[in-house]
Amino acid sequence: MAAVTAHQTTQKTLGTANAAGGPGSTAAAGETDAAAAGHLAAFDAAVAADERIEPRDWMPDAYRATLIRQMAQHAHSEIIGMQPEANWITRAPSLRRKAILMAKVQDEAGHGLYLYSAAETLGTSREELLDKLHAGRQRYSSIFNYPTLTWADVGAIGWLVDGAAITNQVPLCRCSYGPYARAMVRICKEESFHQRQGYELLLALSRGTEAQHAMAQDAVNRWWWPSLMMFGPPDDASSHSEQSMAWKIKRHSNDELRRRFVDICVPQAEALGLDLPDPDIRWNEELGSHDFGAIDWSEFQEVLKGNGPCNEQRITQRRRAHEEGAWVRDAAAAYAAKHAPAQTSPRTPASASAQTSASAQQVEETA
Amino acid sequence: MSAALALGDDALVLSHRLGEWAGHAPVLEEEVALANIALDLLGQARVLLSLAGDEDELAYLREERAFRNLQLVEQPNGDFAHTIARQLYFSVYQHLLYGRLAAGDSEFAGLAAKAVKEVAYHRDHAEQWVLRLGDGTEESHRRMQSGLDALWRFTGEMFQPVEGLDSPESGVDRSALESGWLAAVTDVVERATLTLPTGPRSGGWAAGAGRQGLHTEPFGRMIAEMQHLHRSHPGASW
Repeated sequence: MAAVTAHQTTQKTLGTANAAGGPGSTAAAGETDAAAAGHLAAFDAAVAADERIEPRDWMPDAYRATLIRQMAQHAHSEIIGMQPEANWITRAPSLRRKAILMAKVQDEAGHGLYLYSAAETLGTSREELLDKLHAGRQRYSSIFNYPTLTWADVGAIGWLVDGAAITNQVPLCRCSYGPYARAMVRICKEESFHQRQGYELLLALSRGTEAQHAMAQDAVNRWWWPSLMMFGPPDDASSHSEQSMAWKIKRHSNDELRRRFVDICVPQAEALGLDLPDPDIRWNEELGSHDFGAIDWSEFQEVLKGNGPCNEQRITQRRRAHEEGAWVRDAAAAYAAKHAPAQTSPRTPASASAQTSASAQQVEETA
Repeated sequence: MSAALALGDDALVLSHRLGEWAGHAPVLEEEVALANIALDLLGQARVLLSLAGDEDELAYLREERAFRNLQLVEQPNGDFAHTIARQLYFSVYQHLLYGRLAAGDSEFAGLAAKAVKEVAYHRDHAEQWVLRLGDGTEESHRRMQSGLDALWRFTGEMFQPVEGLDSPESGVDRSALESGWLAAVTDVVERATLTLPTGPRSGGWAAGAGRQGLHTEPFGRMIAEMQHLHRSHPGASW
């Protein structure tokens, strides 16, 4: 869900002293202008040659800050994005669907973990990023502020929301920052699996009883436009796009990806036997692509401002889970401090949970 | 087929309870771990219920009185320590039981041989958390003790005979199972600086009630939620 809503409340996410510097500012105080210029030239050359920037490489402070903002937002989206789907775990209508949904929500927690780890290579920490999410200082994708009202919404999220996410994220596998690009390779594999499952869920409903078909159509009607908004504002209103493209963090513009997504969805909707709720969709021979109707950007802005249907509920649940879990994390830290060998510095709560997370990852790889 | 139902319902119901944690866990690693355990159990439930009939019919169309699960697994999640106490009691039992079934010659031997590997992980996860919470902070110690105490009265039921599961070929010897369970739980509890509860190991109902379809009140609400959508569309496929 990265690179979607390019509006951020904060740029100042760095733990380093000179975090506010722009492109080309020095990485270490006292560095000479000549050395700084040399670093910048080497960085620019590496980006131009499509080489990967790695954690220990010099990078412009603004590049670092942009990546932290984008990766944090992406990680937060995975975590908040568990909620609308988890809403249906206890009501899934067959054991097979229940298992699929549980596995998917588990994958999302895993994606959050990869992405926080990747962001940590830039000098921040998961704890710090979560604090910012809880304080409303970092965002998550606007799409998760919509409610899942019926079972068919689980399918619509898989097909449309994950579909939009994949369209956004596949180019990120070639992003200039190595740890992010590598995380995206793993994540995209699982996301495309989820997307196919969502499509298959909708297909079963569409071909099912009349009531099931109606449920599927209603879900597509409600999720279609918000999914198109996931690509972010139109190119002429996207504040971060130009710089991100120059740095090869982004590879395509918002509008370009959005159009690509519509082109993918139109034949899929037809195959599903469901209508897309846009009378203006038609094939444009000249462009070799579909034209489509106008997006209601005022709704998008309202959701971004916190006035979507579920903004308050989502962040409240996240904060509550964190607060109610504080005593558990404290316990793990206290136990680790008592039982860790003297020379290792206790680090909470990851060290305490290393065993469970390792086992879980093994299972995930076989899933 | 009551043994397949009993074991299948245990796994189904505990899986459902663990699924309720999704999005609410104290740390991301536990979102992964709890969902992981829930999925393993759901996989076991599907195999076991399929031995007894159609998995969805059995899960979604039976009423409360027809479920054969232990009362232990239907208990609400409570706080993380309650969930871990329930998990400790059940996964130690399930690990020992599946170990024996895997070595035996019943219709459950194949399933048990596969599931025992999963359950060994569940047991390890629960034991590690009992140690951390018991020997963590004062608050976690208090909560862990409270979880162990509250669920203790549901532990006797695990060792009541189940029709079809105590035959000579199954490999299950209930009294050996119970003494093995007690020794393992005592060991973890003591290492966690906690105290083994001393109260009775059966609730107001006679031990074995869940196996006869006699459940606790929260269970009816749980299956109402679980079954609602399926029951609202009779005959539909999903």
